[in-house]
Amino acid sequence: MNAATQASSQPSLMSRLAASGAHQRLLAFASLIVLLVVFSVASPNFMQMSNMIAILQATSVNGVLAVAATIVIITGGIDLSVGTMMTFTAVIAGVILTYGGMPLPLGVLGAIATGALCGFCSGSFIARMKIPPFIATLGMMLILKGLSLVISGTKPIYFNGTPGFDQISRGSLIGNILPFLPIPNGVLILFIVAGAASYVLGRTVLGRYTFALGSNEEAVRLSGVNTGSWKVAIYTVSGAICGIAGILIASRLNSAQPALGQGYELEAIAAVVIGGTSLSGGRGTIIGTLIGALIMAVLTNGLRVLSVAQEWQTVVTGAIIIMAVYADMVRKKEV
Amino acid sequence: MNQIVEMIGIDKRFPGIHALKNVSFDLRAGEVHALMGENGAGKSTLMKVLSGIYHPDGGEVKIFGKSVKLDGPRSAQALGIGIIHQELMLMNHLTAAQNIFIGREPRLKLGRIDEKQLNKQAAEIFASMNLSLDPKTVVGTLTIAKQQMVEIAKALSFHSRILIMDEPTAALNDTEIAELFTIIRQLKADGVGIIYISHKMDELKRIADRVTVMRDGEYVDTVPAAETPVSRIIAMMVGREVNEKPLDVPDTSANEVALEVTGLKRGREIRDVSFSVRKGEILGFAGLMGAGRTEVARAIFGADPIEAGEIRVFGKVRNIRSPKDAVEAGIGYLSEDRKQYGLATGMTVRANVAMATLKKFTSKFGVLNEPAMETVAKDYISQLGIRTPSDVQTVRLLSGGNQQKVVIAKWLLRNCDVLIFDEPTRGIDVGAKSEIYKLLEDLTALGHAVILISSELPEVMRLSHRIAVMCEGRLTGILPGGASTTQEEIMKLATQRESAMHVSGAHS
Repeated sequence: MNAATQASSQPSLMSRLAASGAHQRLLAFASLIVLLVVFSVASPNFMQMSNMIAILQATSVNGVLAVAATIVIITGGIDLSVGTMMTFTAVIAGVILTYGGMPLPLGVLGAIATGALCGFCSGSFIARMKIPPFIATLGMMLILKGLSLVISGTKPIYFNGTPGFDQISRGSLIGNILPFLPIPNGVLILFIVAGAASYVLGRTVLGRYTFALGSNEEAVRLSGVNTGSWKVAIYTVSGAICGIAGILIASRLNSAQPALGQGYELEAIAAVVIGGTSLSGGRGTIIGTLIGALIMAVLTNGLRVLSVAQEWQTVVTGAIIIMAVYADMVRKKEV
Repeated sequence: MNQIVEMIGIDKRFPGIHALKNVSFDLRAGEVHALMGENGAGKSTLMKVLSGIYHPDGGEVKIFGKSVKLDGPRSAQALGIGIIHQELMLMNHLTAAQNIFIGREPRLKLGRIDEKQLNKQAAEIFASMNLSLDPKTVVGTLTIAKQQMVEIAKALSFHSRILIMDEPTAALNDTEIAELFTIIRQLKADGVGIIYISHKMDELKRIADRVTVMRDGEYVDTVPAAETPVSRIIAMMVGREVNEKPLDVPDTSANEVALEVTGLKRGREIRDVSFSVRKGEILGFAGLMGAGRTEVARAIFGADPIEAGEIRVFGKVRNIRSPKDAVEAGIGYLSEDRKQYGLATGMTVRANVAMATLKKFTSKFGVLNEPAMETVAKDYISQLGIRTPSDVQTVRLLSGGNQQKVVIAKWLLRNCDVLIFDEPTRGIDVGAKSEIYKLLEDLTALGHAVILISSELPEVMRLSHRIAVMCEGRLTGILPGGASTTQEEIMKLATQRESAMHVSGAHS
């Protein structure tokens, strides 16, 4: 038995790497390094600490949203509402803090709870009413966009009355301790969220069912698992993470901008896809998504440093997405 | 009479299986030639050779007296051979005419389709079949029988003189069958030769001229349909000698009743099915394809809804509305399609083994206890002899037999008292089969109640303590297991169609 295990561990390891999307992740990581090298050679300004921090800061919101999207996409679903959900939770935070004058922690919790509630609704539409995820979350996206505008009266809500709110994202706990490394809190929060999500996906029953639903939902149902409830739970968690993104963006802008949000979902999904998560479900990692989000931020930043027109940056991002998915398809054929 | 098809000494091997052994078959113009045999006898393989899907390893195929080489479905089509598959291959949203001429529509200039011509040509074919059907009807709105007519029209549009029909009446009711037979007689009169694959004995008498029986990939005999008694045809189909020693049926009559089902109903699929199974007993379910055995299993397991019926587990009435309820009641179901319904094939052996029991391995905060799962998984790997390099191997990479053992491990771990095995050895090689058999026997020794659904009669007879036989959604009888029951008795019950009972009775 032992000998057999040893003899065949080689192909098994290979296939496991392939199956877990590690190949794509390596490819994504290599692309990230290549981009960093190319941009630093092309411009001396690129590799400076301030610019690196700017890239990380730019990654934070999209990164958190992408983590929320990753969880849903691993189940084989999709969430088009993450962007407007983020905005909606930011507006709710504004209502609680600025209009309601409540203490800061209540605003934060309110935003996260609102996100969870929105996710719960999406999840219920999908699992109970059997509406396809694409449609359910498309509807949710529009509902939340509209509600944000209605509640805010289409005007931004500023957080000037809540001292310290902007510090949630812009302050730097690390910088206070290590002055040479002024990494903003927003980035810290991204890594905490990513770490927690990674743990949940890899170590908990919720994570196990997330992958199992994406891998073969019917088999899970026939194992006696209440797949509907778990799906609702997964969308709820994803919604709560959108709430965190809402706090981050509101803090960074020190305001809730009700018109913002649409388009963020596509950036988030792009990061997920570049990071090797399969849109057909059952396969994906948070670390891949982080790399995907970083690639997009580095690209945007690098092209700006090289003074490439912003219009072209969008074109390049689109091309990258197609290349990333093509690489994934080629790999799938090989397996 | 002139032979339009002659297949002589056809041989076909697949890895590990000798599917066709020196099989001969012929078809005359204007006849209906029925091809019969149990599941796996080689009928479909032979027809796939004739329709160019498989290349034979040996033998000769002559069409209209000329030796031909069929190197694909297209070349078979060009020779006038049409096949109507059991599952209809129509596009439901297109019209009848559009379906018939898909891929070869008459064109106008600039690539526009000549719909008028299209409908005219379809109407001509329908007229030649004596069929009144508007070519512009959307196929999805037609009955299954009418859809079948469209398939036949499509085959005829290729000027087919040879038609293969694979279980054409499987989904039809009696009126629709009569409709189909009218068309078939019409085609016969026009000199079309028809090869008719069916399990239904009474249909042979009504439509076939000759019957050829196959068994275990071999040609058995060809007999005239009208003069040969049904009992003789059945004997030809099942005539293989059962080598295994007859089952020693243990006396389980004193054991507690584990599962009792009364008056289970759903539409035409499950018609008032009642039975019970005791602890330590294997209740086999025999029947032909589509008899409703899987439907009964899925209904008991809560995977599909029921209209009426009561399910008791150890005497207690259980309201089972979902698989979750069934599992909680202590019922486990091993589906016939492991890959689609039994396993998350992209996940590891360990994850799949624990899939139905995750609660056991979860802490208060929802964190999974991987080491505990590893121990259990490794335990089952050695206990069931699952051949896998490790417990974290992706299930997709295991062989069929080992995948099946993973599913079994999943339910053993859940400790279900009642286990339903649906075709547990489908797609599994001979060696692994006997291991699965051994496992089933061990399970009953441990006190599990086992329901075994299998399309292979020898398998049912080898394992079952009692044999329930189904036909068209009805339970037509429960026979004792062991040597006292013959294959003929089972086949008789399995072909006991409600509407045709007197017909087959008259001939046997």
